[in-house]
Amino acid sequence: MIYDFFLKITGSNILASIIQSLLPLFIFILPFALFAVWLERKVSAHMQDRLGPMRVGKHGWLQTVADILKLIQKEDIVPNDADKPLFNIAPILVFVGSYAVFAAIPFSGAFIGSNIDLGIIFIIAASGFVVAGILMAGWASNNKYSLLGAMRSAAQIISYEIPTVLVVLTIIMITGTTNLATLSEMQTGHFWNWMIFGGPNFGIAKFIFIPFMIINFIIIYISTLAEVNRTPFDIPEAESELVSGYHTEYSGMKFAMFFLAEYANMFAVSAIVTALFFGGYQSPIGYLGNLFGAHWLIPIEQFIWFTAKGIFFVFVQMWLRWTLPRLRVDQLMAACWKYLIPIAFVNLIIIGLITVL
Amino acid sequence: MALKTEEMILNMGPQHPSTHGVLRLELELEGEIIIGAKPHIGYLHRCFEKHCEAMTYPQVTPYTDRMDYLASMYNEFGYALAVEKLLGIQVPERVEYIRVIMGEFQRIASHLVAIGTYGLDIGAMTPFLYCFRDRERILSLFEQTCGARLLYNYIWVGGLSHDLHPDFINQAKDFIKYFRPKIKELNDLLTNNKIFIDRTANVGILPLDLAINYGISGPNLRASGFKWDIRKDDPYSVYNKFDFEIPIGNGTMGTVGDCWDRYYIRVLEMEESLKIIEQALEQIPEGDVTSAIPKRIKPAVGQVYSRVENPRGELGYFVMSDGSVNPFRVKVKGPSFVHLGIMNELLKGYMIADVIAILGSIDIVLGEVDR
Repeated sequence: MIYDFFLKITGSNILASIIQSLLPLFIFILPFALFAVWLERKVSAHMQDRLGPMRVGKHGWLQTVADILKLIQKEDIVPNDADKPLFNIAPILVFVGSYAVFAAIPFSGAFIGSNIDLGIIFIIAASGFVVAGILMAGWASNNKYSLLGAMRSAAQIISYEIPTVLVVLTIIMITGTTNLATLSEMQTGHFWNWMIFGGPNFGIAKFIFIPFMIINFIIIYISTLAEVNRTPFDIPEAESELVSGYHTEYSGMKFAMFFLAEYANMFAVSAIVTALFFGGYQSPIGYLGNLFGAHWLIPIEQFIWFTAKGIFFVFVQMWLRWTLPRLRVDQLMAACWKYLIPIAFVNLIIIGLITVL
Repeated sequence: MALKTEEMILNMGPQHPSTHGVLRLELELEGEIIIGAKPHIGYLHRCFEKHCEAMTYPQVTPYTDRMDYLASMYNEFGYALAVEKLLGIQVPERVEYIRVIMGEFQRIASHLVAIGTYGLDIGAMTPFLYCFRDRERILSLFEQTCGARLLYNYIWVGGLSHDLHPDFINQAKDFIKYFRPKIKELNDLLTNNKIFIDRTANVGILPLDLAINYGISGPNLRASGFKWDIRKDDPYSVYNKFDFEIPIGNGTMGTVGDCWDRYYIRVLEMEESLKIIEQALEQIPEGDVTSAIPKRIKPAVGQVYSRVENPRGELGYFVMSDGSVNPFRVKVKGPSFVHLGIMNELLKGYMIADVIAILGSIDIVLGEVDR
């Protein structure tokens, strides 16, 4: 699709692949991160009776652009006793981890970086990659706070991947596919065909699925929150305890890489939730393109629907962040191992039984 | 072969977002568990007590402001009472009432900071800004009365620097009407939040006997379940004319004397302060607030100890006179300094995240610890 289009223009395999792989970075990740940082500041400000950034552009919408420009100009400081190679690689590794996830996210029927059959498995594997970067950053900084933050982060992300995978397994059991584009296509039509409402065409089983699907959704949402280190699970960078955790020692553009990765990750996990439970890029009410017979409009509409759903879940993440306090590290682990994993297991078994019968 | 292991020493502070000033805590860690804590103080030492000996009595007042900078009014209040006791003078009734009103407003403002920053320590950022929004209204009341927002130099020996401005009583009543629902909002947002309770209940339990042995006073002592408030038990100024309760901790969410109790005591005390202010605004008599200010303060040889219930606990002034215009000795017994001493006992066995919760619940002000 997109790849074929570029292949036609450039006439070269390699160029087309390069352009295609850079595309999400420039048309999506960077603008989205800039927008999300601005949104976060505005959302927090309005929740707290403040105005937030107001000076750069109307309602401060250029503030994050100015911030990035400032960060680029900043001196790149490497602490004296840091492990320099690791220290320099870590932010790139973290960023690559969250960037790779975007390859398999189905933005619309026509725009999916790489339509691999193991899409969802690939996403989980790639986001697990981030842990290595975080551990590297924490260790190489030679700072006790960073080290504590990195250890907490690794423990947290690995633990919370288990309930995520269990939930994903139930979806795979029901639909029989791990391809996210196929999954989205299956949920076509109206919103009652979304997985959260039992998925399409299951007859009586559809209604039995609904409560379990809602439980599934809650589990995966909580565990993805923990995976991207957002409040109430922002323990690795808990500002009041660990200063800012694993990226305490970073400055300038390297810090911006962590920052960018965090916001890219926020969207990535929201995209997974959207693709699995909320119809992916499907519109809940039908397409204008079909109405007017302009079929080229449909992929664009799908893109808009997908980002809108994703941004809605990003907004919910921000909402939670500015409302809730932070859990303690042992309570966080207890929440995962004592509640989320057993519930997810039971859910898996029940859904398995329903599917078999 | 057994691996050689050793404890990690973590320096928390002096530059750390949650040490509430420049405190350095030397923590000995076993993983994330604390096995020892040593507070290092003195980063803000300004020789307050020595400095007083070179000052005349009225000149000391602005220095008392700078000790506990979140409760300046109350520091002046205590100092003025001590010197008046030394001089043996009586101040007009109106002065007493205004001092109580200002003191209680200061108590609310100080508790708002304590509660707000405590929320921030636990990770809830929004209550912090709500608390500061409300504190702002109290500060503007102060500003309209005496021109300063933080360090007032308002309560002088023998009187006050200014009378209340004409609209003060109306504005104060407006504030009370505005603030009551805000306390409820705070309870909904933070006090009864499940995560907040998980973080604070059964954490940092301070048993009553330990608290008394270490000389803990104020909200921290009351949270451990002992009804002791100098305003009631050793009344000064006109506090015996008001009807108010002394809330004590009863372990609603966990154990008596845990962090949640220490936090909630402060919420309850704000309501009691509102009650006192309400009554004082009704009863306040007319009069001249500057008439009793002595032209020259030169007390006879002697010494006096006077104590007041500061928002943080017992604030005592020992003032000794050698008959000259300068005090021979001013010694302050400050609550924050005393409370900081218990950190080692309280922190043992808890995790790093709890250090913040416990330190925040003790509510120290480093300006007063170091003086």
